Amino acid sequence: METAMAKKSSSDSTQVERTRNGVTYTPRIDIVEKDDELTLYGDLPGVTRDSLDIQFENRELTIHGKVRPRQRDERYLYAEYGVGDFYRAFTIGQEIDTAKISAELSDGVLVVHLPKADAVKPRRIEVKAG
Amino acid sequence: MLTRWQPLSEIRTEMNRLQNEMNRLISRFDLGDAMAVATGATYPALNVCETDECLFVEAELPGMQLDDLEIYANGSNQLSIQGERKQLAVGSGTWHRQERGYGQFSRLFELPSDVDADGVQATLKDGVLTIQLPKREEAKARRIAVKAE
Repeated sequence: METAMAKKSSSDSTQVERTRNGVTYTPRIDIVEKDDELTLYGDLPGVTRDSLDIQFENRELTIHGKVRPRQRDERYLYAEYGVGDFYRAFTIGQEIDTAKISAELSDGVLVVHLPKADAVKPRRIEVKAG
Repeated sequence: MLTRWQPLSEIRTEMNRLQNEMNRLISRFDLGDAMAVATGATYPALNVCETDECLFVEAELPGMQLDDLEIYANGSNQLSIQGERKQLAVGSGTWHRQERGYGQFSRLFELPSDVDADGVQATLKDGVLTIQLPKREEAKARRIAVKAE
């Protein structure tokens, strides 16, 4: 039974092929919409700040984290998960203020802030008494 | 293309399909459950590797601190890992996607060779836990010299 927690390898056939060989995994991602921004939380264990590439282009957010194999001269006895790069792309429907996108990475958790453009932020409309 | 009609294999295919459907249904319930991690899913997944000197147990635990984890190695070569991953507090936001699991987890497993429980070290870096367990002297690989007669 495929459990909810198992690491998923990307098998999306529409994805463009990369030159680097090896298995790529789909990171688990939470996305929360707040009044002023979309916030994305991703589990990218083993990815460091330098090996992470995030791009936002044409309403598409791509996250690519490279993961180096962890050790060198050991023999594997059991392997319940694979180690490889993480890749995921999202099409963002909302208008995003691209200049203000920011991201943090700590302990293998990525947080991307996608602030909404002023035009789409909810505005409360004052109803005047007639 | 013509194939021989094999009623049994057709039934088997149907049964498999049904089983898959059921599994999918059950796993979907698991996801909605706050204890997604605990219900049957083995979390965290572990990799175990060895050198001549040590065993290494690795797990991916993004967002966790060593203080959130309880790791025990006992004299009978069992290692247990316990912890809890907290749910993300989002306040007034609306969820678009929720894929990251949370909840309590624990795993207990037997190590494939005798280890020195006193020398165990654990590190957690970039969300990857590595537990280093030195092998006991008698469990280390020894090269056996073959004498020529």
